[in-house]
Amino acid sequence: MVIKNLDDLRKIKETAKQATSARHENGTQVIVGMGTCGIAAGARTVMTAILEEISRRGIQNVSVMQTGCIGMCQREPLVDVVRPGEPRVTYGNVKPEDVPRIISEHLVNGRIVGDLVVAKI
Amino acid sequence: MGEKIAEKDMVRLDELLADLGSQRGTLIPILQKSQEIFGYLPREVLVRISEKTGSPLSRIYGVVTFYSQFHLKPRGRNIVRSCQGTACHVRGAKGILSELKKELGLEGEEATTKDLGFTLETVACIGCCGLAPVIMVNDETHGRLVPDSVKGILDQYR
Amino acid sequence: MEKLARAHVLVCGGTGCSSSGSKEIIPEMRDKLKEKGMDMEVKVVETGCHGLCELGPLVIVYPEGVFYIRVKPADVDEIIENHLIKGRVVERLLYREPATLATVPDYDDIAFYKKQKRYALVNCGHINPESLEEYIGADGYEGLAKALSMKPEEVIGEVKKSGLRGRGGGGFPTGNKWQFTRAAAGDKKYVICNADEGDPGAFMDRSVLEGDPHRILEGMIICGYSVGADEGYIYCRAEYPLAIKRLQGAIKQAMDTGLLGENILGSGFNFTIHIKEGAGAFVCGEETALIASIEGRRGMPRPRPPFPANSGLWGKPSNINNVETFANIPSILRDGGDYFASQGTETSKGTKVFALTGKINNTGLAEVPMGITMREIIYDIGGGIPDGKKFKAVQIGGPSGGCLPEQLLDLAIDYESLTKAGAMMGSGGLVVMDETTCMVDVARYFLNFTQDESCGKCTPCREGTKRMLEILNRICDGHGTDDDIPLLESLASSIKAGSLCALGQTAPNPVLSTLNFFRNDYEAHIKDHKCPAGVCAAFVGYTITDNCRGCGLCKKVCPVDAITGEIKGKHLIDPNKCIKCGACQAKCPFKAIDKG
Repeated sequence: MVIKNLDDLRKIKETAKQATSARHENGTQVIVGMGTCGIAAGARTVMTAILEEISRRGIQNVSVMQTGCIGMCQREPLVDVVRPGEPRVTYGNVKPEDVPRIISEHLVNGRIVGDLVVAKI
Repeated sequence: MGEKIAEKDMVRLDELLADLGSQRGTLIPILQKSQEIFGYLPREVLVRISEKTGSPLSRIYGVVTFYSQFHLKPRGRNIVRSCQGTACHVRGAKGILSELKKELGLEGEEATTKDLGFTLETVACIGCCGLAPVIMVNDETHGRLVPDSVKGILDQYR
Repeated sequence: MEKLARAHVLVCGGTGCSSSGSKEIIPEMRDKLKEKGMDMEVKVVETGCHGLCELGPLVIVYPEGVFYIRVKPADVDEIIENHLIKGRVVERLLYREPATLATVPDYDDIAFYKKQKRYALVNCGHINPESLEEYIGADGYEGLAKALSMKPEEVIGEVKKSGLRGRGGGGFPTGNKWQFTRAAAGDKKYVICNADEGDPGAFMDRSVLEGDPHRILEGMIICGYSVGADEGYIYCRAEYPLAIKRLQGAIKQAMDTGLLGENILGSGFNFTIHIKEGAGAFVCGEETALIASIEGRRGMPRPRPPFPANSGLWGKPSNINNVETFANIPSILRDGGDYFASQGTETSKGTKVFALTGKINNTGLAEVPMGITMREIIYDIGGGIPDGKKFKAVQIGGPSGGCLPEQLLDLAIDYESLTKAGAMMGSGGLVVMDETTCMVDVARYFLNFTQDESCGKCTPCREGTKRMLEILNRICDGHGTDDDIPLLESLASSIKAGSLCALGQTAPNPVLSTLNFFRNDYEAHIKDHKCPAGVCAAFVGYTITDNCRGCGLCKKVCPVDAITGEIKGKHLIDPNKCIKCGACQAKCPFKAIDKG
């Protein structure tokens, strides 16, 4: 699609905003920080563990996405979980073996994993 | 002399030169891509680049020796870059570098292992200071290292 | 009569727990207890459902009432060995009270973010960097749309009004720079983004390029429109492969959607962007050297004037800004220059991104309003110095900057105050050092770097930095003389005055600032033959004391095989082989290795 003028831009913005909020209402998001720092701290294996855990449990309506570096290198790898209508919750120093806990506790049951949580937005 | 140069690689070089050779300001990209093909920049390759682009060999040699990215000698299949940036320096990069040398069996100024498996070099900063000390193997960065972690990382590439 | 058991192990036999495997735990537990002859003192009981099925199988051990979750038959041994025999709770199986959303702090309330003001980094870590839609959804390209509806002069006016100054180090007012390029004669002009982030200890540009690449493209397109350029180059260091990949993706998306290319947003304005990969030369961060490198030559600086604004890439007028500078442009256009100018100090407006590294608890990137104090950054945001060590200095500005001591921690940071203190904003790398850092060694580290990266074109920099490094090496090796300090100072002033580009002109700064604030460190090396921080190898040595139990760990960890000894016998360090890395001391479980 080609953005020819300001109106086109606004339309995309509206759709993008709706898409983001629709995601929030209907499905759950898992977002992994995939900047160089995150990857160096092991974000890639964490991402793989998340994808495996989700498919192993057959969980539907989850989008797993990546984002850049939020600047908290000390806590990398960082994983955010957003459940419909709830704030975005960030977990820090996540290791692949922590993934099943985050998925079953937070994603499925809505309980925060207290020992890994950093903050929420 | 270095290893024998494969004919098919020379064909790829010629294709590259046909593609970029006549454009201005492309000497560095040509050298970068040639090094991707050959792993380093053998003399024959520099001569061919000179012939096809019309740049004097001396000028090409000047550029090659100016930038730390270019290499005139064969290099290992895996490139290990040990970061010596300020943050890594104050958090023990020296110990990591000596462990790398020990683990790879490199002595003195040697940079490449005898089996051409690894080349070890130092780099000023790879911008991953939050996880210092760090090393980079090929395009992968590994952080928060202690000398003990070195062997496990190298083993992934052996 | 049955003997009273000293402990009860309750295993849930409810449907949920049974289906997740509790049925196997009960016989396993009974068998193992019998093996150990404990079946009389510990009673295993099968219970009904506790209602926490998704955490099952559940095991509760009385009398303590310890609640274990997700217990597998393989865990039985550990529960018996540690809990029932040694009385130690098996932490990893413990049930923890779930935290609730209400107990999780907001980002704005945690110390690391409380004092930050995210302007250039606003999207980093929030949007998917590979999605154009998400960037647009976060108000992306709105600044561009607004700029294209204005006259180029008005756009420059807005940038001037913001007070934005070059974030790459020099701090030259961005609006003025744009004005010069606009005013320069010529029909072909270029916009160049300096993404050759070379200062050791700085990584904010990498973070923006990787986390929000469209923001840089938008900043460059706005710049192109206002200076009258139709072509842009991003010169990015090859050490940032992920940044290059994300930029390439973003450029392709922008080309496909017409945000780059011809007739952008129906304005009639055309603009394209190319990426040039650096080939590894620090001096290419200098603008004339960078241009030489894009042209495919050795990246050596040339005297200015003429400035690139008049004669830059291929002799055409060119505007060069750094990544962080461009990252601020879209929001300045969208929100207006006044909003940006409302942050910061009299001379330095807006926010600045600092990279916090070294001996500090919270490493990372902090974007803060100009005028904040170093103390706030290091203690409030950075969380102070780890391991109870004492703060010694903070190095700011990379190889061009300087080290600030404790007494300057309350300095309000802006371009002027830092220069006055003998440091420099530079790109904003902050490396925190504690009492175990030797300032002579730090000065030597930076001189080694600049000497290595000096392009060799002008003599003061090429030869001068080499001589300074020799002197510093001499001091660190224990051969310093009383004349060395005045000699360093005199060389420094000649190099500063005589060098061609900023690399040489600022190279002596790390030496001068450490001489200024940490002269004692130098004098201790020269007069007392001591390295107070215990860093310089000539003055320190490691010895193994009689506490050694001969475990052999130090021998294993030594990277240069300097340690000898038999298992269970006292080990020895060969001082000639030892490189004083300290790995053995860190590893020794008996604190049997002394440094002195």
